[in-house]
Amino acid sequence: MAGPTDIRGVDSVDGVVSALAAQDYLADEGLATAVFLALRLRRPLLLEGEAGVGKTEVAKALATWSGGELIRLQCYEGLDASQAVYEWDYSRQLLHLRAVEAAGVASGTEVSEITDELYAERFLVRRPLLRSLSSVDGLPPVLLIDEVDRADDEFEAFLLEILSDYAITVPELGTFRAEVPPIVVITSNRTRDVHDALKRRCLYHWVQHPDVEREVEILRVRAPHVPAALARDVAVVAAELRDMGLYKPPGVAETLDWAEALVLVGVDDLDAAAFEMTIGALLKYREDQDRLRSRGFGDLVGLLRGA
Amino acid sequence: MSAAGGQTLDRHLVGFVDVLRRSGIAVPLGSTLDFGRALAEVGTGTRSGVYWAGRATLVWRPEDVATYDEAFEHHWMGAASGSVTAAEQPTITLLLDVPEDADVPPVDDGASDADGDHISVRWSRTEVLASRDFADCTEEELAELHDLMRGLRLFGATRRCRRLRPAVHRGRPDLRRTVRAALRTGGEPIHRAFSEPGVRPRRLVLLLDVSGSMEPYARALIRFLHAAMVGRRDVEAFALGTRLTRLTRELSTRDPDAALARAAVAVTDWSGGTRLGDGLRSFNDNWGVPGMARGATVVILSDGWDRGEPSVMEEQMGRLHRVAHQVVWVNPLKASPGYAPIARGMAAALPHVDRFVEGHSLDSLRSLAQVLAD
Repeated sequence: MAGPTDIRGVDSVDGVVSALAAQDYLADEGLATAVFLALRLRRPLLLEGEAGVGKTEVAKALATWSGGELIRLQCYEGLDASQAVYEWDYSRQLLHLRAVEAAGVASGTEVSEITDELYAERFLVRRPLLRSLSSVDGLPPVLLIDEVDRADDEFEAFLLEILSDYAITVPELGTFRAEVPPIVVITSNRTRDVHDALKRRCLYHWVQHPDVEREVEILRVRAPHVPAALARDVAVVAAELRDMGLYKPPGVAETLDWAEALVLVGVDDLDAAAFEMTIGALLKYREDQDRLRSRGFGDLVGLLRGA
Repeated sequence: MSAAGGQTLDRHLVGFVDVLRRSGIAVPLGSTLDFGRALAEVGTGTRSGVYWAGRATLVWRPEDVATYDEAFEHHWMGAASGSVTAAEQPTITLLLDVPEDADVPPVDDGASDADGDHISVRWSRTEVLASRDFADCTEEELAELHDLMRGLRLFGATRRCRRLRPAVHRGRPDLRRTVRAALRTGGEPIHRAFSEPGVRPRRLVLLLDVSGSMEPYARALIRFLHAAMVGRRDVEAFALGTRLTRLTRELSTRDPDAALARAAVAVTDWSGGTRLGDGLRSFNDNWGVPGMARGATVVILSDGWDRGEPSVMEEQMGRLHRVAHQVVWVNPLKASPGYAPIARGMAAALPHVDRFVEGHSLDSLRSLAQVLAD
């Protein structure tokens, strides 16, 4: 799939799996099918799942695969159109007026002409959603709308219009329409339900923690300097911890951090002392750490040796 | 594929969507079309291809996955018929406050009339089965609960938000509106505009204990929940029993009777046992701590009877308290003479409660509305 072609030409689910793997992202069949369909049907992809399962990484992998620009819109409470879509550069507009005045051009020209000049594209500050409508070399950009559940639900209404038509209207300039519609990935941690109207326009996938085999593969790919045996131990422990009913079970990001930490402190064989030193990279709630301590690190080590 | 073959596939596909709908997954028409397109892309050659095409286009909630799996087995794999209907939860009918209840003579009529102290009599654990006297005052109570709605709509604790609103000569300069005004005066910014942070209502999270010991109150309090939700967004409601049930969708219908009927279907452990600590834990894990309770006013309506470990209760209340703006505990027992919060669960929870209020009567619910309005 090299060269500047639209990755929406991908012809099979397996094609998606191998292309993502080439970007160091190991997708399971469910996620790959969802990505494949999102590309082929030109629909936004809504990914939900716990924090740290690799939702955001999907967009990054898609961007490197397609060669298009990754445009990220991090959502937060109070996010509004001026932050997400476009804004006029008021200071430059004011400056322009003063410059016109100082140059004395104003004497011969109509006021309306000057005001028209103020709403030229050069005074337009493009925010992520508007930027995602323009493409470079005919390659679709990848628009990542991250953690949409953090934004107010009013904001979802903006998205509805943009995601269904891939067009944005700026009253002073007219309508911007995407020649090449962007590849859209929306993520949510599900702290609240995304509105049904938005969900209906998207393809949906619930991202789960990887199983042990896949996690070992992920560790091998993303942290190649971690010895194979250690990577397996780390993955087994992570899977075990996810079954313990902790407040914040470790995500893939945490297991990666933990494996790196173990290598940094020079551990080859997991033992209780190594656990104690590096536990902060894996579990980030005091209660979770206490629970693991009360179970005993030795217990987990025994589990590994038994396995 | 021949035209006839395509038609058969279409019929299969629509049939499958129909099975999903009957199993309780709401599938809009557009998604059926998407499913068809997705199948055309993925092909119908493999089981997993069809499965994941459906998952991506027809299911939007992880809770629906189990239902989907079952329907998928049933429809495409030809599993024994009837398995889908078997998946439907057994329902327990929630008694609404209907007038015929009033005809049933209250068991402890004399006692409640003697001193007008309905509360302790209604509460007394031997009276749980005889709680029908609650129905006597339901009509007026209902009417007054409707009044409460207005109070809740008008007030509501607020917080500052990032979104700015116009202000008069204070706050930050608003360049956008200043320039707009300046254009009207030939580019001279005569009118200067300002903006300041706006306010938004705080999210309100209501957790109602529906265990057996709360039965006499839960019926009235669920109306309070509904009243709190009418006309406000950002209100979430849950039922706590042997398990946690989210009632936000069920209760967000304007018609109280329809809302309560839907809630009754959703809550399968009505008047069951109490595992408050576990229920709170499941709330904290899945909803509260990830975001719903953050900065919110959390109201727990419960008598504090918990059959689980008090240490669980204490830990979960601590977690909740650390993320919430305010934790209000409404205990219908509190009004009983001589009541002390010695129930183990209640005692464990109390250090993590900001406001501990009564909730046994309409007046107390009114003052609760006031507390929530701050």
